[in-house]
Order: sequence, then structure tokens, then C-alpha cells
Amino acid sequence: MRAVITVIGKDMVGILAQVSAICAKNGVNVVEVTQSILQDLFAMIMMVDISKCAIPFQSLVDELTQVGENMGLTIHVMHEDIFNSMHRI
Amino acid sequence: MLNSHDILETINMIDNENLDVRTITMGISLLDCADSDVQAACQKIYDKICRYAGNLVKTGEDISKEYGIPIIHKRISVTPIAMLAAACPGSSPVHFAKALDRAAKATGVNFIGGYSALVHKGFGPGDYALMASIPEALSETEFVCSSVNIGTTKAGINMDAVAKMGGIVRDVAERTADRDCIGAAKLVVFCNAPEDNPFMAGAFHGPGEPDCVINVGVSGPGVVRAALAKAEDCDLSGVADIVKKTAFKITRMGQLVAQEASRRLFVPFGIVDLSLAPTPAVGDSVAHILEEMGLESCGAHGTTAALALLNDAVKKGGIMASSHVGGLSGAFIPVTEDAGMINAARCGALSLTKLEAMTAVCSVGLDMIAVPGDTPAEVISAIIADEAAIGMVNSKTTAVRLIPAIGKTAGEELNFGGLLGGGPVMEVNRYSPAKFIQRGGRIPAPMQSLKN
Repeated sequence: MRAVITVIGKDMVGILAQVSAICAKNGVNVVEVTQSILQDLFAMIMMVDISKCAIPFQSLVDELTQVGENMGLTIHVMHEDIFNSMHRI
Repeated sequence: MLNSHDILETINMIDNENLDVRTITMGISLLDCADSDVQAACQKIYDKICRYAGNLVKTGEDISKEYGIPIIHKRISVTPIAMLAAACPGSSPVHFAKALDRAAKATGVNFIGGYSALVHKGFGPGDYALMASIPEALSETEFVCSSVNIGTTKAGINMDAVAKMGGIVRDVAERTADRDCIGAAKLVVFCNAPEDNPFMAGAFHGPGEPDCVINVGVSGPGVVRAALAKAEDCDLSGVADIVKKTAFKITRMGQLVAQEASRRLFVPFGIVDLSLAPTPAVGDSVAHILEEMGLESCGAHGTTAALALLNDAVKKGGIMASSHVGGLSGAFIPVTEDAGMINAARCGALSLTKLEAMTAVCSVGLDMIAVPGDTPAEVISAIIADEAAIGMVNSKTTAVRLIPAIGKTAGEELNFGGLLGGGPVMEVNRYSPAKFIQRGGRIPAPMQSLKN
């Protein structure tokens, strides 16, 4: 099972480090990372494998959301199926 | 790898354009709860609803969190209670309303629909009792919603029921006058009511439905408006195309949520209702879509044409995105629940007559409209009759949810708060239809009904 982590906000040092540290701690494997600029905002997209996630998925969502709030960023963690269903036929 | 543009588009829709799944509604049949002892029946109803829907709210919240999609409402619809009331003559159906209210509270849903009667061709004893009890039931419960189907294309319009409903709507408003007449906001009068509608206040679980079912209503007026704003000066073929593409994406999301809810709750998936349902929040308005198309204000000449285009494109976009489409499926135009409609009504651009024309080309009908508190019952009945005639002749669902603003006149405001919103009291035509309404009887089914 895979999920998509998106980080949107003002660019700063350590975003990737903090997010990937949480992934590593919980056994979440980062499959792919891309970065882009959307309306002058930093946007990072991570595809992660959560099949071996050590904690319930919802706890991972809470943990990353909290990190986002602490850093002044918006972090979404969403099951990949939502994007597949909306954007692929 | 997914396209990063697609991912960011979805996130932007959710964060900035109010994309959400409006409701997961569990339909539950109560036919097996019928009992000649009203207390026994109520206990069976309470137990069955709690047994089936005990995990509904939690499941909705879990899905919402895992997929990152807001799911605004978790609700329940039940078998029209008039069918159960028929089994216990002499007992007040209000007992059923109170049992439903307790079950709603226990399961944590925010509305339960089905305090309903289907009387399009005539009344049974349960129907009489239920209709007479609607004012008491709605004024003494918090979560119960009521609806009455008074006409169909196949059966015509039951004008005796129409005459009764004018008085009932007034009575409900009077009994809840201290709460901005909110009772009337929970009562819908239908023509061609669908049996699988997930949206309140008109949801009920029709007798042709399975024992239990999951229906989902999608939303997303803000997303459609934003997509049109980005497109700027395309012609109306282009506008329809944009609406279709956006509706497709919105509906796919609804379909995913519906299937997931169905799987987790071990309940069959019923339908996705392809509706653009507004809220009073800024950026979540159907009226603003019409204005984005190029109208100075919703209600201007051209509104009906713009709405027809919108409604049709939403269906065309949504139909391929879902395996089963049903319910109301169309753009909603509830005045007090739509920031753009509220503004248009306040400035005088939008009138009741224009709204009536608009209901001929969209779902559902004259919805959430505050009318002066001194509006006579027969005028309300006549408004219901007009609306039902539009539904009957055009083989579509129409409904009336008027709120007589007791003690207020045109131009004053009602404020319900929350998703029911608030708005100005709108003027009605003062000429009397009393004699026409008092005639009673039935308006025969139109030629359109003879399709066999």
C-alpha cells in the first residue's frame, strides 16, 4: 500500500530531513521524491510505501500533520488511491 | 508515479476550493420493526439502527483521515415511518420520531431522515396519523427530518395532501418560532421523491431498497467555479466541457469513498448522488458558478439557461465516474445555504418567481426559502402545487422547503446558523389561490406518464 505525502509552504532548511526522519522511524520507505514550485510556494511530493508502517496509518497522519504545523507548513498524507481514482480512468 | 500536477490539483481543491464528500448516508429498512405495540416497535427501531449504524460515524472519520478528504456528514435514512405507524392505530407516531432522535444521538449522526409518508395517490391510516403529527414531531426532536411525497408523474398530484401540507408547514414554523422557525427547514414536500436520496432533509429509505445500503452525496461548487475562473473567456461549449471534467473528478472521489465505506461497514453500495451542494461558506456557492459564467448576479435573465447548462454538464461528467448514479443528482439551489443566492436575494436580483423557473432545469426545487410569516396556508399549498406540477410534467424530482418566518416580513432576515445558513425573507404573490386549493381531489397524471 502506498501513500502520498505532500509538503506545501515556505521553503526552509530541514524539511526533507524532518519528514524523512519520521518515515524512517516508523518503517515507512520513501519510494520517490519530487519538488516543484506552485504559486511561489515550495511543494514537495513524496511517494511512500506504508505496507510495513510500524504504527497505524492514522497515527502517521497525525504525527506528520503536527510536524507541519510546528514548521508552519501544510503537510498532507493521503492514500494514493484518491489520486488514482480522480486522475486516471 | 503519479503526476505531481494532479496531486497538487487535488490538494488545492481540498484546501482552497471546499472540495468534500458531503454525506455518507446509510439507508436502513425498518419494515421488520413493525409491531402493533408502539413501544415495542420503537425499541426494535432503536436497536436495529444502533446495530447497523453503530460504526457509521467512526468509519466515515477513518476514511476521511486516510484519504485526506473531508466527509462532512454521516447520516441515516429509514423506511417511511407512516408504513410502521399504520401497524399501530391509535398510537401517536411521535413515539417513532423520538425513537429515531434517540438513535441518531446514540450513533452520532447529525440528521436522520424518514419521518415520511408517500401519499401521491391517496392516504392510508398511517399516512393521516403521521402527517398530522409532523409539527409536534419536528418541534420536539433535534435530528429528525420529515418529508411527504404528494405527487408523481405516474400518479398525478394528490391535491388533498397539498392542501394539508400548506397548513402543516405553517404549523411547524409556528411551533419553532423561538428558534427562527427551524422546524420548517427539516420538512420537505416532494413530487417524484427518489427512494435512494442521501441528502437531507428529504432522505428516506424507499420500500424498494435493500435491508441496508450506503449512498454517498458528493459536492464541490467551489471547485467548479475555480475551474471556470481559470478558463477565462472560452465559449459555452468550453464551459460545459470544463464542468464535465471537474464533475468527473469530484464524482470519482465520491465513488471511492462510497465503495470504501461499503466495504468497511459490510453494507452494499447503493448510489452516488451527483449533486453540486452549496454551503453558506465563502467559495462554496452554486450561484457564484452562474456568476462566473458571466451573469452580474444570480437571478438575472440568463440564469435559467446557465443553470440548465451547469446541471446537464454535472450529470454528463459524473455519470461515467460512478457505477451507480441515483438520488437527486443535479445542482442544488437552496437559498439560505448558498452565499451567492443569499446576496442575490438580498439585493433583489433573485425572486421567488425566478427561482421557480430555475427549478424546472435543476434539482431540486424551491429549497430553503424564507417567506413572510403571515403567508396564508393556501398560498404555501399553491406554491407546493406549482412546484409539483413542474416535477410531474417534466418527469423530474421537485420539492418545496419553505420557511414561513413567523413574525417577520419581506426583507427581514432569518438565521439558522451552520450549514442551514440564513437569509432574507422573500416576498410571495399575495393574490389568493384559496378556492383552487380548497377544491381538493387529484390532478390526473399527465400524458407523459403513459409510456408503456
